[in-house]
Amino acid sequence: MKTISKADMRTLFFVAIIALFAPLILNPFPTESGWAQFNAGYPDLMQRFAIYGILAIGFNILFGLTGYLSFGHAAFLGVGSYSAVWMFKLLSMNIIPALILSVIVAGLFSLLIGFISLRRSGIYFSILTLAFAQMSFALAYSVLTPLTNGETGLQITLNDPRIFAAENISGNLPVTSLFGLEMRDTWTMQLGAWDFQFNIGYYICAIFLLLAFYISIRIFRSPFGMMLRAIKTNQTRLNFTGINTRPYTLAAFVISGMYAGLAGGLMASMDPLAGAERMQWTASGEIVLMTILGGTGTLLGPVMGAGFIKYFENIFSKINDTVLHGWFSWMPDGLENVIVWILHLFTGKGWHLTLGIMFMMIVIFLPGGLMEGISRIGKWWKHRNAKNNNTSHTSSTPAE
Amino acid sequence: MSNFTRRGLIKTGATVGAGLAMPTFITSPLAAYTNAPTGGSVTLGFNVPQSGPYADEGADELRAYKLAVEHLNGGGDGGMMNTFSSKSLTGNGILGKKVEYVTGDTQTKSDAARASAKSMIEKDNAVMITGGSSSGVAIAVQGLCQEAGVIFMAGLTHSNDTTGKDKKANGFRHFFNGYMSAAALAPVLEARYGKDRNAYHLTADYTWGWTQQESIAAATEAKGWNTVNNVLTPLATTDFSSYVAPVLNSGADILVLNHYGGNMINSLTSAVQFGLRDKIVNGKNFEIVVPLYSRLMARGAGENVKGIFGSTNWHWSLSDEGSKAFVKSFGTKYGFPPSQAAHTTYVQTLLYADACERSGTFNPCGVSEALEGFKFDGMGNGPTEYRAEDHQCFKDVLVVKGKENPTSEFDVLEVVEITPRAQVEYSADHPMFAGGALGKCNPGA
Repeated sequence: MKTISKADMRTLFFVAIIALFAPLILNPFPTESGWAQFNAGYPDLMQRFAIYGILAIGFNILFGLTGYLSFGHAAFLGVGSYSAVWMFKLLSMNIIPALILSVIVAGLFSLLIGFISLRRSGIYFSILTLAFAQMSFALAYSVLTPLTNGETGLQITLNDPRIFAAENISGNLPVTSLFGLEMRDTWTMQLGAWDFQFNIGYYICAIFLLLAFYISIRIFRSPFGMMLRAIKTNQTRLNFTGINTRPYTLAAFVISGMYAGLAGGLMASMDPLAGAERMQWTASGEIVLMTILGGTGTLLGPVMGAGFIKYFENIFSKINDTVLHGWFSWMPDGLENVIVWILHLFTGKGWHLTLGIMFMMIVIFLPGGLMEGISRIGKWWKHRNAKNNNTSHTSSTPAE
Repeated sequence: MSNFTRRGLIKTGATVGAGLAMPTFITSPLAAYTNAPTGGSVTLGFNVPQSGPYADEGADELRAYKLAVEHLNGGGDGGMMNTFSSKSLTGNGILGKKVEYVTGDTQTKSDAARASAKSMIEKDNAVMITGGSSSGVAIAVQGLCQEAGVIFMAGLTHSNDTTGKDKKANGFRHFFNGYMSAAALAPVLEARYGKDRNAYHLTADYTWGWTQQESIAAATEAKGWNTVNNVLTPLATTDFSSYVAPVLNSGADILVLNHYGGNMINSLTSAVQFGLRDKIVNGKNFEIVVPLYSRLMARGAGENVKGIFGSTNWHWSLSDEGSKAFVKSFGTKYGFPPSQAAHTTYVQTLLYADACERSGTFNPCGVSEALEGFKFDGMGNGPTEYRAEDHQCFKDVLVVKGKENPTSEFDVLEVVEITPRAQVEYSADHPMFAGGALGKCNPGA
């Protein structure tokens, strides 16, 4: 039972390769070209890909395996962020204590919320988690202002105590680091017309992503994972056979809450600020979207869904009218304006519209998310190849 | 398992080896500061709210930025570049480099604003970030710019904290602040409404609201007013009736709305609908005060603003040469007069460009040195100084009133008094601004 199957190992290896070469893969267009607009290989976005990947993997352990749809996962993300920033303020700028505390606090917090919410299932569970998340948001936004700094967001300042840090003589805000490795350090590799940015923060996030992914594989393939799937399939029958399912669902809930806490801690480690909006219900909804978009219950799907949404949010939202006019300036004036006016609805501020349409398409035509699309293409490809082989085989048979 | 680990080890070893070999190809840029422009152009980042309660202000800021870029590149009529007391800008870009820009949406949220600013710095190589129509956002982005080593030219941010406890060496603010509003407004309010007044505050629940409320309460209490209550309202509120209703029975005879943008339009409309302005409390007419006013808000609130006092950084009806030149070129391009948000962002862009020209570099430390203590004129506010101690501009403040008989949809405010700079000035270590440190300029890289 301890071994991990070859297929899973291949998936993990595939993710590792993608993560390692992400700065190259995500920057396919030369820096000075017009297409550079679509490059996603800059540190901030790559970090987001990895962090939201972790979040979605964790969410998938709950939703994908047990079928419990939590609408309050952003609360754990936010709690993780606040804990991490407080560690930066009180102890030192090393990310390790910050990450440890954010996972622990998010774990405790999810234990509390899970204990109460899991008394119900289905839509009642979703509503309960949503209510708790909104409560946490309201608390962070105004009531707990001394702890969270309200709408402005919790930030580090020069005169924080930071008891384990050396005295700051530079007069600049300290930078988050891992034993001296600064998170924001970036090596830029210039290869011809391309600039590739290798950022330490991103690689730290990627390592955590791989770790999260590996643990998720182990959970998926374990007897515990099997039990969770049984809960999804038919909880009533499981109860009738005399099994108490509550401990299993609670464990899944806490594990996924800790994943969210880790993601929140990493977010704060990459950029030491925690804002209350992180906990709002729209943020929780986004996590659900990511998982469904990528493929619920699959290993890779949630990571892909997270990447997909973050790409749209950061790249499409920056295509403003000026950029569009630049693209279509070769057209006659009237036509240019018409085309820009139409596209303008879908880019820049309107990126939500594009995302919404894509989401609808995927849910209607590929209910299994992006992963179903990929497996369909794979099947079609195999089928075609098989057919080709067949035809070539028959044609090569000499006609007597 | 063991078989697999061995193979995995070899594979990982190969990848790690490849990874280690990579640094030999890596050429670290030898620039002395973050995003030093290399080609024939320089990129500025305009980070404004395009959605949320301050979207109107954001849209107007963006118009002003585009106008400023046009003028810097030698297009249009040059606007305030002709009236600006420093003559180093020639319409030849900045330091001979053509000015280009990228835009982003802050969504009036600190997180989103930082993500947007980060992508401008990391992806688009912006050497300066400007904008923000909310102090929460401005403070968050200012902190980011300090860490990243680029200059932040604050747009519309009115909180004391921006140049107070959250001030940063790489951040500069041209706009005025809550303290200045209070210092300018209090004498006018005293003259109109008398000494013995009970004020009820509704305050936007974030740094700007808090500090403005604190400033107004302190200044009016010094004139003999009494602060009955202060209720904090979340920024995302759209229906203020539940906040306005309790005012009726509180015994207050003044309502101070520490709200801005869409918030103020909604809360003022609510207050007027509840009939507050027709009430007589304690034998006096009930009055409403909106300490920070803008033309966009006044227009949004329509009839309701008539006769209501407030303060503003600049107004298009001013008749000095700088204001006239700016209103003319903005009006020619867009067909209507600019708002105070447009004015401050336009001025900030020119000030930045001018500081680059005078120091001969885009290096944040050079620019910062050129701006600190810089005295200028001809930008619509009279003689102005960028104070070196906190990077705050000091200039006259306008006290305005909603016009009783507006002649057009833009002519909704009238200037009651131009409060001289001396009256609104404070020392850099004033208690309301204490608790922070500027730190040192950070060139990054």
